Amino acid sequence: MPRRDDLKSVLVIGSGPIVIGQACEFDYSGTQACRVLRSEGLRVILVNSNPATIMTDPDIADVTYVEPIDPGVIETIIAKERPDALLPTLGGQTALNAAIALHDAGILDAYDVELIGADVEAIQRGEDRQKFKDVVESVGGESARSVICHTMDDVLEGAEQLGYPLVVRPSFTMGGLGSGLAYDEDDLRRIAGDGLHDSITNEVLLEESILGWKEYELELMRDHADNVVVVCSIENVDPVGVHTGDSITVAPALTLTDREYQRMRDIGIAVIREVGVDTGGCNIQYAVDPRTGRIIVIEMNPRVSRSSALASKATGFPIAKIAAKLAIGYSLDEIPNDITEVTPASFEPALDYVVVKIPRFAFEKFPAADPTLTTTMKSVGEVMALGRNFGAALLKAMRSLEQSGAEFDFSQRVDLDAPGVRADVTARLAHPTADRIHTVRLALASGMSIEDVHEASWIDPWYLDQILQLQEVADAVAAATDLTDDLLRLAKETGLSDHQIGQLRLTEETVVRGVRHALGIRPVYKTVDTCAGEFEARTPYHYSSYEEETEVMPREREAVIILGSGPNRIGQGIEFDYSCVHATMALSEAGYETIMVNCNPETVSTDYDTADRLYFEPLTFEDVMEVYQAELAAGPVAGIVCTLGGQTPLGLAADLKAAGVPVLGTQPEAIDLAEDRGEFGQVLDAAGLQAPQHGTATTFEGAVVIAERIGYPVLVRPSYVLGGRGMQIVYDEQQLRGYMESATEVSADRPVLVDRFLEDAIEIDVDALYDGTEVFVGGIMEHIEEAGIHSGDSACVLPPLTLGEAVLERVRSATAAIAEGTGVRGLLNIQFALAADVLYVIEANPRASRTVPFVAKSTGTQLAKAAALLAVGRTIAQLRGGLLPQAGDGSRLAPDHPVAVKEAVLPFRRFRTVDGRAVDSILGPEMRSTGEVMGIDRDFPRAFAKAMMAASTTLPTSGTVFVSVADRDKRALVLPVKLLSDRGFSIVATAGTAAVLARYGIRAETTAKHFETGAGEESVLDRIAARGFDLVVNVPGGRQERADGYEIRAAATSANVPLLTTVDEFSAAVSAIESLQRDAMDVRALQDWA
Amino acid sequence: MSLLSSAPAVLVLEDGRTFRGRAYGATGRTVGEVVFTTGMTGYQETLTDPSFQRQIVVQTAPHIGNTGVNDEDDESDGYWIAGYVVRDPSRRVSNWRATEGLEERLTRRGIVGISGIDTRALTRHIRDRGAMRAGIFSGDEAGLDAQTQLAAVRESAPMAGSRLVDEVSTTQPYTIPAVGPQRFRVLAYDLGIKSATPEQLAARGMEVTVVPASTPFERILELAPDGVFFSNGPGDPATSDHEVEVLRSVLRARIPFFGICFGNQLLGRALGFDTFKLTFGHRGANQPVLDVETGRVEITSQNHGFAVAAPLGEPVTAPQAEFGRVQVSHIGLNDQVVEGLRCLDTPAFSVQFHPESAAGPHDSRGLFDRFADMMTDSPASARA
Repeated sequence: MPRRDDLKSVLVIGSGPIVIGQACEFDYSGTQACRVLRSEGLRVILVNSNPATIMTDPDIADVTYVEPIDPGVIETIIAKERPDALLPTLGGQTALNAAIALHDAGILDAYDVELIGADVEAIQRGEDRQKFKDVVESVGGESARSVICHTMDDVLEGAEQLGYPLVVRPSFTMGGLGSGLAYDEDDLRRIAGDGLHDSITNEVLLEESILGWKEYELELMRDHADNVVVVCSIENVDPVGVHTGDSITVAPALTLTDREYQRMRDIGIAVIREVGVDTGGCNIQYAVDPRTGRIIVIEMNPRVSRSSALASKATGFPIAKIAAKLAIGYSLDEIPNDITEVTPASFEPALDYVVVKIPRFAFEKFPAADPTLTTTMKSVGEVMALGRNFGAALLKAMRSLEQSGAEFDFSQRVDLDAPGVRADVTARLAHPTADRIHTVRLALASGMSIEDVHEASWIDPWYLDQILQLQEVADAVAAATDLTDDLLRLAKETGLSDHQIGQLRLTEETVVRGVRHALGIRPVYKTVDTCAGEFEARTPYHYSSYEEETEVMPREREAVIILGSGPNRIGQGIEFDYSCVHATMALSEAGYETIMVNCNPETVSTDYDTADRLYFEPLTFEDVMEVYQAELAAGPVAGIVCTLGGQTPLGLAADLKAAGVPVLGTQPEAIDLAEDRGEFGQVLDAAGLQAPQHGTATTFEGAVVIAERIGYPVLVRPSYVLGGRGMQIVYDEQQLRGYMESATEVSADRPVLVDRFLEDAIEIDVDALYDGTEVFVGGIMEHIEEAGIHSGDSACVLPPLTLGEAVLERVRSATAAIAEGTGVRGLLNIQFALAADVLYVIEANPRASRTVPFVAKSTGTQLAKAAALLAVGRTIAQLRGGLLPQAGDGSRLAPDHPVAVKEAVLPFRRFRTVDGRAVDSILGPEMRSTGEVMGIDRDFPRAFAKAMMAASTTLPTSGTVFVSVADRDKRALVLPVKLLSDRGFSIVATAGTAAVLARYGIRAETTAKHFETGAGEESVLDRIAARGFDLVVNVPGGRQERADGYEIRAAATSANVPLLTTVDEFSAAVSAIESLQRDAMDVRALQDWA
Repeated sequence: MSLLSSAPAVLVLEDGRTFRGRAYGATGRTVGEVVFTTGMTGYQETLTDPSFQRQIVVQTAPHIGNTGVNDEDDESDGYWIAGYVVRDPSRRVSNWRATEGLEERLTRRGIVGISGIDTRALTRHIRDRGAMRAGIFSGDEAGLDAQTQLAAVRESAPMAGSRLVDEVSTTQPYTIPAVGPQRFRVLAYDLGIKSATPEQLAARGMEVTVVPASTPFERILELAPDGVFFSNGPGDPATSDHEVEVLRSVLRARIPFFGICFGNQLLGRALGFDTFKLTFGHRGANQPVLDVETGRVEITSQNHGFAVAAPLGEPVTAPQAEFGRVQVSHIGLNDQVVEGLRCLDTPAFSVQFHPESAAGPHDSRGLFDRFADMMTDSPASARA
């Protein structure tokens, strides 16, 4: 049956901001879906609050609402647009939950909107624990023994039946949020208590522990004709106990016989039918007892998931795209396989390679958090690598992580017979952490038997032996008198990097590469073709391998290679992928053949439809150079774009240029001028601009001298990291000593930078383009929080809220001076601080920044596309009237221009300290947000209200507010609290704050701090935990007070009560609350603002 | 360890292309037709599938041997393949059912193999040039000069025109009892039968007597089964005149008939259609097949190098008009190859793929039920 002709318009819900457990894979799937639906002639209406997505580009959907994903807001959109159908399965759990809420509220019925791609009963059968267990049982499968609980009494009773340890899983949450393993009653009370709260149905499941079992996933698709295919099998190297998002995973499954695999497949197919997923994809997770083969079905996701994005990239089978086609009536056999073009999509991909995914973590950003991996997902990104065998794929994936120490150091060994060492290694093997894989290698290299390593880690012996084989080859490389042709070839076939071989041979990586090239040992590039070579692939989706035959086809058009941004991490995420994707679009339109190199499976850039050619490869110098050489052999290459993927490709620019590769756009010399402190200082001096006073110290004493010269407070940070890592504001000598002793390894090579910290400064962010003669300011953003909070974590507003034309003019001319002084060609991001009417330059980034997509969405100007064209020689003058406006720029917006607010989304709820408490949610100079949202409306209060709602900090319009503010901020607090009080809110405060408020005539109930309460009294913490407040305001002061409010903030974070921690944000929130009380939130499409 | 120290081996194709690698399994020399299979699981079933007689099998899946071999998954008593080509053989066995490592088993069974070659390059070569004769030379044989090796390959018999059924068929009949109450008695011609097939038949209440390929039609009459089954098997169906004649007699006698793979090709020939050799065949566990009757797509396990030339679409009268109308019941969606035949006026049907599916997906096991239904609806005892 061809597609349904009764559907004319479809509402698609995106997944909102990037959070742990729900990242840019849903931009990939949503973008695919929107494109499919539009190409089928349907009118697509999109709602997604995340401006950094490709899917919210105004040309992806017909109508794009960058609005909060909230049932009320969506109802307004439905009332306005009257879509025929709602497709909720491509926007993660967020979209699915929103769709269920709309259904339950009767909104879909009221507006006659059909849910396509899923139905509510099927979603419930898939996601409701008990219903799903019934389904599994009815098809002859097995689930873990379990008990469903709705109260803590149920929980305790259930634990008695099942015994410890046991797994706690809340219903209807994503990324395993709130789930955990309880070893005793204390654990259980804590985990289940949170879980009961997190679940929208107040439901948790307790189940028997299957810790240590082998864990698998199948990705299935079903069409309306009941055809079912299994797209991909995925095996977790980390056994059950670690969330699949945090596990090293492999596709296809490698340690099952056909009988076992088919049994799993049979159960999966029976389950998808019984659950009733009519059309679309689903993911089913299994555990297999390694001793007996007993198979248990763990859970299913009746929607496109993170794993399905991975499976799509791993196999070349585009699950989201197909799911969208199935939802509008096609059957699998009516849809062609994209890659072969001649065979249908009703097949199961055959792989002739191995895919390894490794998660990337950010525990360094949350030093207080327990780094143990559990069933709650904590990773912030992932890398994928393809190799012709597991070992090569594993090594490639490890180097794709781009973290120091991420690659195996094969020379490391320990003496297992030394006192305590074996026990220590064994304990580390048993304890799942991000670097357990290194402990596995260390143990095997040091002579521990595979049996012993397996016994401790429960990692399948087959994988352990594969790692041991890598070590054996490494040992042979280290031991050989000469690095012969054969041995070097074997090392490369095995997957060792030139760097690793150099480490083993005690020589430089460049020497190894020189020898290798002299011997003609080069990788070939194979193709992901869905069919193991059975049919010809039409889509050049490549990965490297050291073997015989390359499949890179010759080409005639000149190519541009675009380097992506690698794994998502805090500070470098989807925003950079956005810019890279835009570059491929612009360059392709300009007639170039576009070639993408990236290793992040979640992204749009690694969709093989995005660039003309895709190389799924690590972003290291070695790997990028080999791609360049391979493409140079295939046809002309204009050069490589390094400035759009963030710091990762930027860091490669100098080496690439030195190796003779044409670097397009901003040159390494300009990058140095912007990034090297000394050189940048000269640029500023020449332009008559000021930076905050600073110095560089290599000792504590040196730091004290500098700090005294420039005056406390100072901002200190190590010089060798970027993105705010290890940055701290220090208020006195004692704190400085603490920082120097604990936080950093200081040496002459690794000095500490000491900067004057500007208190009460307004921070300003600028994104601009420069072509060598003309500057185009894309946008000027004013931060809502004062300087000192990392720009990535700070809310900001465009056009700037309070800056006058005189200041803007100073910002423009400073931007132009820095652009000229550094000589960038393309995008430039500058951070300024305005303090006491002095404009300071904080830093300049000679590349696309995190705010480029936000600026593009709020001003309608495609900065990244323009930057890509500047890189190949176009000028701003040439782009005017096309990509850029005919006249003016983003700093001169019309008075009625809408106001856009960007708000950061922070992951504090994901992390727990070792003793199980929430980590502190205070903002600081170190960036910790995972994503962002945008609110756009005709004035700031409305836009800010939307941004807060979209960031899940829904502001109340009535109720009780708890206020606790450090002394220095008490004055600033009075006015907003007064407004709230006047507007009918009840105010509760700590004694000190309440006293100040009373003097201003504001009545506030006084509550005891938790350490002031006697037995039986309710403390503020109890009240927060009981959700006795609708809003918590806790503003810590400059010094020790920062730590004092921790208990309050932790309680608010745990209870998921809206929490504000700065006075600026509180003031903004109060204005937003006023506007919300005045009139209901209205919606307007991006296309209508333009 | 195998990567650092093992005997050399070379794979020589009849068109002169060679691949150098490492010896795997037994060392020595072997020749056969080189074919690739894309199944990602089930190498033990592949190795013991008689349809691979005289073929050198290339596994496109790189890691082979991970789960060792066990006592339950053999599809026959023999290791039929002529040679084995893998990329990354496992030296470690990891599975609770395993009883032996794969390489030990191959060595014990005398299967000459080669590992460590670019199997994807080889697969693409076969895809573009077609399945062809090849030889693996390992150990001392690897040192022979290239011309000698190539000559040995070119001297071997080509697959087209080869009758191999007699090499794999059982010499003595044997009977597998029905599971549960016996509903039917089926005579199964062993043209290279896999053990999963009688298991599937037996599971549906059929007592299955497996007989040699040479069994004459008269013996069928003596045994008076409720149905006759023709199995899969190796070689060129154009060489099976005896079996085709037996089958025509079965059809004339209106004894319900079901055939798989080689059995499908023989039904095609019995009805008067030709068979032909595919360029590189269908071998794997991911082949989509449209069941024309239900409109559903099934993912099937396949292993065939020959196919029936019959018109797709509306039923036609069989070239052997006495058997009435016939319809192509199953179509391979990748390349529109005939994957099944259904007689409309005679109780007979067959499929080119493997519904018993060991290894492979179980989507098509309902066909065994169809056979049972056919025996119920067209009882052999009621024939004229």
